[in-house]
Formats: sequence, C-alpha cells, structure tokens
Amino acid sequence: MDYIFAVARIRYKEMSLLTSQFLERLIACETYKECLSLLNEKGWTEAESNKDINALLQAQRDQTWAYIAELVDDTSKFDVFKYANDFHNLKAAIKLACTNVEVENVFNYHSSISPDVIYQAVKQQDYSLLPEYMASAAQKAYDELSINKDGQMCDVIIDKAALEAILKAGGEADDEVIAFYAETTVACADIKIAARCAKMSKPASFITQALAECNTLNIAELSSAATKSFDDVCAYLSTTIYSEAANALRSSFSEFECWCDNYIIERIREQKYNSDTLGPIVAYMIAKENEIKVVKIILSGKLNELKTESIRERLRQMYV
Amino acid sequence: MFVENLGIVLALTGAVLSALLAGIGSAIGVSRAGKAAAGVCTDQPEQFAKVLILQLLPGTQGIYGLLVAFIALSRIGLLGGGEIAALTISEGILYLLACLPMAFVGYFSAVAQGNTSVASMAIVVKQPTQAGKAMIFPAMVETYAILALLISILVVNAI
Repeated sequence: MDYIFAVARIRYKEMSLLTSQFLERLIACETYKECLSLLNEKGWTEAESNKDINALLQAQRDQTWAYIAELVDDTSKFDVFKYANDFHNLKAAIKLACTNVEVENVFNYHSSISPDVIYQAVKQQDYSLLPEYMASAAQKAYDELSINKDGQMCDVIIDKAALEAILKAGGEADDEVIAFYAETTVACADIKIAARCAKMSKPASFITQALAECNTLNIAELSSAATKSFDDVCAYLSTTIYSEAANALRSSFSEFECWCDNYIIERIREQKYNSDTLGPIVAYMIAKENEIKVVKIILSGKLNELKTESIRERLRQMYV
Repeated sequence: MFVENLGIVLALTGAVLSALLAGIGSAIGVSRAGKAAAGVCTDQPEQFAKVLILQLLPGTQGIYGLLVAFIALSRIGLLGGGEIAALTISEGILYLLACLPMAFVGYFSAVAQGNTSVASMAIVVKQPTQAGKAMIFPAMVETYAILALLISILVVNAI
C-alpha cells in the first residue's frame, strides 16, 4: 500500500505548522492575550474563544487525530502514540479504584482502549477486559497499591509496561519512523530513569525493575552505572549513540528532555522529502505534538510571567 | 507451419511488447501522479492545472510505445489490409530487437517519471510560483524515453 494521496495532503498541512520565526514572534508578545491573538491569526481559531491552555491544546490534538483518521484507513498504526495515554488512564483508574473516590476529567483522550473499559477492568478486577500487554501490569500495579500501599512502585510497574508496549509496537510497525520514534522514546525514558535513580541513590533492584529493554542501550550496563553514580551514567552514555545526551543531562533534566525532542525532530526531517510511505504522516504527527508542547511552554511562561530568556531556553527545534 | 511463420510471430511480439510495456509503465506512472494530484487538489483545487500537467507527463511513454508498434506493424504489413510480408526468422528477430528499447525504456522511464512527478507535487503545494521548475524535473526523465523512441524508429525503418 502506498500513501501518495495522504502524503500530498500532508505537504499542504505542513505549511500550517509553526516555524521558529513564528515562535520568536510569540515569545515577543507582551501578554498571554496577545499570544492567543497571534495564534488565532495563524489558524488556531479556537484560541480566540478558548482562554484555557489545556482546552486550547486539546482542541489542536483533536483536530490532528481527526485529520489522521481522514488520511489513513487503519489508525491502529498510530497506536504507538496512544499508549502513553492508555497507561496514564490505567494509573488513574487504579488510583480511583483503590481510593474509592470519583474524580472527573482524570482520563486522557486519544487512547487505544476506552478509559471506561480500563476503569471497569480495574474496578471489577477483571483483567481479561484489557489487552495482553496491559493486563499483567495492571494486576501487579493494583496489588502493589492496594496491598503494599506503594504508590511509587505502582507507577514504576505501569511506566515500564508502557515503555515495553511502545517498543513492541515500534518493532511490529512496518514503518521506520514509527520504529525510530518507539526506540528513541524508550531509550530516552530509560536514560532519564537511570539518571534520576543515580541522583537519588536507588538500589539496584529498584533500577532493574524500572528500566525497560531497548535495542540501542545495554540495560545491564546502564543499570550498573546507575547504581554507582550519576557520572557513571553519563560516562556510559558517551559510549552509546546518545553520547550528546550526556552533556544535556549534566546541565539539567529539562535540557535533556529538550535534547530528546530535538533529536527526534532532527532525524525525522528527511521525511519532508519522502513522497509515498507512512513516514511523512507519522512525522507530521510527531511534529504537531512537538508544536503543541512548545506552545504550552510559551503560554505557560507568559501566564506565569517568566522572563523571555528562560522561556526561550526551553524551546524545541521545529519540524518546518 | 509455425517455423514458416516464426519471422512474423517474432516481429509481432516486438510490436506488442512495445505497446504493452510502455503502456503499463505509463498507466502506473499516471496513476501514482494522479493520486498525488488528487491529494493536492483536495486542499488546493486552484492548483488543478499545474498538477494535471505533472500527472500527464508519464503518459507519453504509452503513446511512444504505440507509435513504435504502429510503425512496426505497418512495415510488416499487418496494418492497412495489404499483403502480409513474408519475414525470415532473422528479420523477425531484427524487428523484435528494434522494438525492445521502446518497450523496456518506456516501462521504466514512465514509472520513474511518475515518481518524480509525485515528488514535484510537493513544490507545487509549498511554492506554487515555482511550478515551472517543478515540471522540469520529471520532464528530464522524458529525455531517455525520447532517445529510446528514436532508436526504435530508426532501427525498424532500417530493416
């Protein structure tokens, strides 16, 4: 199957993605209201009536998913982007079930499994309602929270299952951009976990439980480095393809997160010249999510009256 | 009986391959470019004329293949209702070989030109004022189809 029609449409859609020059103009705005007005001019029409950041960004996500559904017959190819929401919903469902409270708006949209199904499965302890990659982790995480009252371990189990599901989906995808995205997402998450564990002097058993296997990192070596020190984690990274990440990690975690996003964007840019595979559509999806993240950083900065320079430090590279 | 007619069979095979392969190549090329053109027109219907030209470019190989087939058929007397020429096996092989450049170059250049047209659609989408340049890239592929057409016609006429 080719995606010639869909890619031709994506080329047009790429023109509405925000550029670095536009972001500079957005940062230069004096107030949050001015930012909304500028975004409205750029086609974020909901910015005019929507003053809430989350609602505004959610509207952008809704539009992107609706557009992808229009272009691709089988949206299950994009499940790799939904797993983070699935496992977030699982965490929320377990916490709701264990605390026996009703809280609204805790679930994320755009998931591969309905949040209601996840909640029912956890509430009724019927994990057969969940897909295989989630069922076992759901049960373990629920037991950890309900019996041992260990919220951190509950999160660790779910986060690891999410990373494993993403990596598996990437491996099974017949698209190199999805595979690259999945691998990099898991590797970056592992690096962050290892660095945090090293800084907090977590025991080896905890680190091993938290790290998920991936192809570009040797988890045994990373885990061993994390049990020693933060410098050992950086030293190990310098021997891998993520050697540049070590410098960013030494600066701060937010700089490392910025490096991860830039690393992905830099490597998917070649999809702008690919005309007949799923790659450019996946790349657009990643670029749009990156754009939403950047707009959130700027708008939050403006709302909290952060200095322009400190907002600029957090900016990511743009796809176009 | 078969050996007696083998010359004409070989010559006919050449003519058929010329029309067949070049035609298939053009159909694939035009179809691929057409899908991209439809994608462009979905959001930018005003670009219809520009993308239509890009879509049509890979269609020429099919016409060249047909032209070579017509000339070959005419030379061996299968067109016009006249008497069919009595061809030796050697002459039949010569006609077959004469048609092969158009058949194979026609097929591959049409598919390649279709892919180049698809890529050029991105220029029309993002830089509509540069559409003229966008047309040059797939047009370059046409050179080799024309060279094949030329050699096929020259050889068919030389037999």
